[in-house]
Amino acid sequence: MKRIYVNEKWCLGCHLCEYECAFAATGLDDMVKALKGRPIHPKIRVEDAGEVHFAVNCRQCKDPVCVRRCISGALTKGEDGVVRIDREKCVGCLTCVLVCPYGAVMPAPDGHAAMKCQLCTDNVCGEPNCVRHCPNQAIVFEERA
Amino acid sequence: MEMYISPEYEVVRDHDRCIACRVCERQCANGVHTFDADSGRMVADSAKCVNCHRCVCLCPTHALKIVKSEDTYKHNANWDNRTINEIYKQANSGGVLLSSMGNPNPYPIFWDKLLINASQVTNPSIDPLREPMETRLWLGKRSAKVERDARGKLKNTLAPQLRLEVPILFSAMSYGSISYNAHESLARAAEELGTYYNTGEGGLHRDFYRFPNTIVQVASGRFGVFKDYLEHAAAIEIKMGQGAKPGIGGHLPGAKITEDVAETRMIPQGSDAISPAPHHDIYSIEDLRQLVCSLKEATDYKKPVIVKVAAVHNAAAIASGIARSGADIIAIDGFRGGTGAAPTRIRDNVGIPIELALAQVDQRLREEGIRDEVSIIAGGSIRSSADVVKAIALGADACYIGTAALLALGCHLCRSCQSGLCNWGIATQRPDLVKRLNPDIGYKRLVNLVTAWKHEIEEMMGGMGINSIEALRGNRLMLRGIGLNDRELGLLGVRYAGENM
Amino acid sequence: MKYVIIGNSAAGVSAVEGIRSVDKEGEIVLISDEPFAAYGRPLISYYLLGATDRSRMNYRPADFYEKNKVQTMFGVRAERIDPDAHTVCFGGGNTTEYDKLLFATGSRAFVPPMSGIESVPERFTFMTMQDALDLEEALSPEKEVLIIGAGLIGLKCMEGILARVKGVAVVDLAPRILPSVLDAEAAAIVQRELEARGVQFLLSDSVARFDGKTAHLQSGRTCAFDILVVAVGVRPNVELVREAGGTVARGIVTDECQRTDLPDVFAAGDCTESMDVSSGTRRILALLPNACAQGFCAGVVMAGGERAPEPAIPLNAVGFFGSHILTAGSYEGECIAETYPDRCRRLFVKDGKLKGFILVNEPERAGIYTALIRRGTPLAELDEALLCKAPCLAAFSEKARAEMLAREV
Repeated sequence: MKRIYVNEKWCLGCHLCEYECAFAATGLDDMVKALKGRPIHPKIRVEDAGEVHFAVNCRQCKDPVCVRRCISGALTKGEDGVVRIDREKCVGCLTCVLVCPYGAVMPAPDGHAAMKCQLCTDNVCGEPNCVRHCPNQAIVFEERA
Repeated sequence: MEMYISPEYEVVRDHDRCIACRVCERQCANGVHTFDADSGRMVADSAKCVNCHRCVCLCPTHALKIVKSEDTYKHNANWDNRTINEIYKQANSGGVLLSSMGNPNPYPIFWDKLLINASQVTNPSIDPLREPMETRLWLGKRSAKVERDARGKLKNTLAPQLRLEVPILFSAMSYGSISYNAHESLARAAEELGTYYNTGEGGLHRDFYRFPNTIVQVASGRFGVFKDYLEHAAAIEIKMGQGAKPGIGGHLPGAKITEDVAETRMIPQGSDAISPAPHHDIYSIEDLRQLVCSLKEATDYKKPVIVKVAAVHNAAAIASGIARSGADIIAIDGFRGGTGAAPTRIRDNVGIPIELALAQVDQRLREEGIRDEVSIIAGGSIRSSADVVKAIALGADACYIGTAALLALGCHLCRSCQSGLCNWGIATQRPDLVKRLNPDIGYKRLVNLVTAWKHEIEEMMGGMGINSIEALRGNRLMLRGIGLNDRELGLLGVRYAGENM
Repeated sequence: MKYVIIGNSAAGVSAVEGIRSVDKEGEIVLISDEPFAAYGRPLISYYLLGATDRSRMNYRPADFYEKNKVQTMFGVRAERIDPDAHTVCFGGGNTTEYDKLLFATGSRAFVPPMSGIESVPERFTFMTMQDALDLEEALSPEKEVLIIGAGLIGLKCMEGILARVKGVAVVDLAPRILPSVLDAEAAAIVQRELEARGVQFLLSDSVARFDGKTAHLQSGRTCAFDILVVAVGVRPNVELVREAGGTVARGIVTDECQRTDLPDVFAAGDCTESMDVSSGTRRILALLPNACAQGFCAGVVMAGGERAPEPAIPLNAVGFFGSHILTAGSYEGECIAETYPDRCRRLFVKDGKLKGFILVNEPERAGIYTALIRRGTPLAELDEALLCKAPCLAAFSEKARAEMLAREV
């Protein structure tokens, strides 16, 4: 399946992906209206360590440990390979946060659920917004082995 | 005391749109933008801004613009703001003023005073989408003698040629003045386009030995010139001069001589790379001939030799000499050509426009019957496919593009290359800035640009009823002048718009 | 091939998924004495809290059994197995044969003998959906609740009911709350947080005897209550295996692929012992994530597939009223701690490896730490200083990061 991959060599640490992610989640068509004056809660996070920068989001693992550890059955891996979280079922215990080896599942801002990247299949973008707006192709959406 | 000089441009932020994402701050190597935690707002220091538009382009909410400052001295047609500020700068520093990229002053641009012909009724135009249209050409000496072997068969006596799929080459830009990634973008694009890129005088990084389409330069500093360098070249260019700074050499400051650049140039890391003004072994056409012949001998007469000169007052006579020196190709660089750094006074005042030099060189070589001895590449501010068509009609075989290529890579002509802080990852060696130019993106943009120009050239050729680029060369009847005086028309060898054949 | 699974919670359901990942056709019979489709056991406290409801508690989608071609026998209790005949016997003399059998029988609440407990009118345990439903019926705003046991079950029960009763007191023999999950420093933070919400803790104490609605504690204190919840611990359901001659220590003993020493009999989940790689000891890890991993592994192996067993470690994700406590591994070795009044990050390092951690109200990216414990990654391969500040992938080498981020995983 097509997944998001990170090319660390080209990541500039500009953090645009975080804002584009948060923007995509709002479903609005104006970033100013969507994000102005609000803290953002992106599902992709850029790590900066000196000259090294890279973004991390859900790897959509073939055998996702978060799904198998979920106590409520809220996390599932769809037939399309996308690991999704059902906010209605999630009780926010954060077992998924505890077991994701990439640190790519995070507490949702309301504190009552976890959240994670669903490749923008859960919003109007259709294709991952972080990939579309990465200025240096440091985040790509493609098939890899 | 240093005279305060008010910034020429101001950063204007629309605070209603700014979401304080701080992308501008992270992307500005000049430290213009900062986040003020007290007010929760971004602030900008316009004095540091070079107007490269990196922040403007990356701002996700388009909250930024850069505007010309309204601050002005008392209006004076003779002593304008820039002139006065340059005096202040020199009074402050005592130094020579440095600038980058091409001459920005409002000299006449003859390309914009030339109009292209099109066929109507009697000689039909050609639709390039339906009929073959040839933009392929060869550069090199074409004055082959007819010789036969003992059995009477024709011998191939043709000098080595460069095959181009489009009449456009990327002009010389050295590794050091531009980044590794910029170089890789140019090399890969040239390979895909079926044309050539040029090392400039910076040597050839080993990683680039794999490219079959490298033109290597031999300049007055001889940086990086050795056996492998010549052997991995498709052609060798002797750089006698550069349009942006005719008559002077080059100076790449030690700060840009990083480990990799130093190895490629074969000079100590951190030392200034100084190219002398002249080649110290060339004081005559005969001397030039010796170098041409030496390089040919060294490469077994398999590679064309280009001699590049700046367009100066006696361009035609100089070209005539070069054509007789054994060179295969002459490259002429007009006074609006770009540079990574040049003294401002030289850049803005020395040399002549490429249009006039090119027309005169072509004319002179024809008159002397030696036009076929050499091909001509014209450079020095070719800005569009129309400029290419006009240059070829004036007598060029092909064109060098430099500034246009850098623009495709993201350059916004802020003309601050000399600072080494290029926010677009082009004219810099700082690793965090160099990585901003991903060659996967850069090369594709170059391919896009040249492919677009190729389509446009085909359209214009078709319009003229010409289906081969070589049939356009020197075809000045396809041009007419507008807003030119008789002297200019004469030098360009074109008639005035409306004049019949 | 006929598979019989006894138990319909995390291990049993995961075993179905494990079997079906290898064998799409074999017959699967799933026996459970609970009359419900599988639900997330730990959700029963969230149910009382109102954070979920019965319709959302199903552990798998409604069509799970049908889609996986599972024949369910809910409300049926397996009474005996005959390993020689490969049969499972139910009440009424009915039997079913198996080719492969899985015990996913879990554990049950343990109620120790306590003097006078039979005099308590409203007493409950807190383990199953039925327990939660029974308790819910007894709840009312004027009642006081006494919970015996300040462990996970007791405190999650407390969270679920605090707003629905007049008050909750929790008594525990240990000197701190969550004694098997937290160390003293972390427990103090959580205790303060809960006390601020009105919970009364009676620690280092226990009930000497009950007298109707009064508990007389060992310390001499007395505690009046209306509802009693006993949450002192659980016991694994191992009897069927023991009677059939299988080896049982603390729990059912299995190899790392969940095979018992009875032929074609497997066991997974809370009823088994497993090797805790963080401490290097065999223990019962009665935790849903562990049950899940073991169940899946057992299913794959039962169906003839291969699966590298996942190293088991203690894992706890628990929270109260919006707080988050994430812990993993064992708390031995040097403690690298950052402790604040309302949160802490406590890492336990031994022999150059991360052995365990306690994160109170610092949940972000904890899984990076968990993976280090599970894999036994030597910290020398990482930027330890960076890692101790917060879990991050920047602490890994560029190559290790590329393995994680630049290829399919």
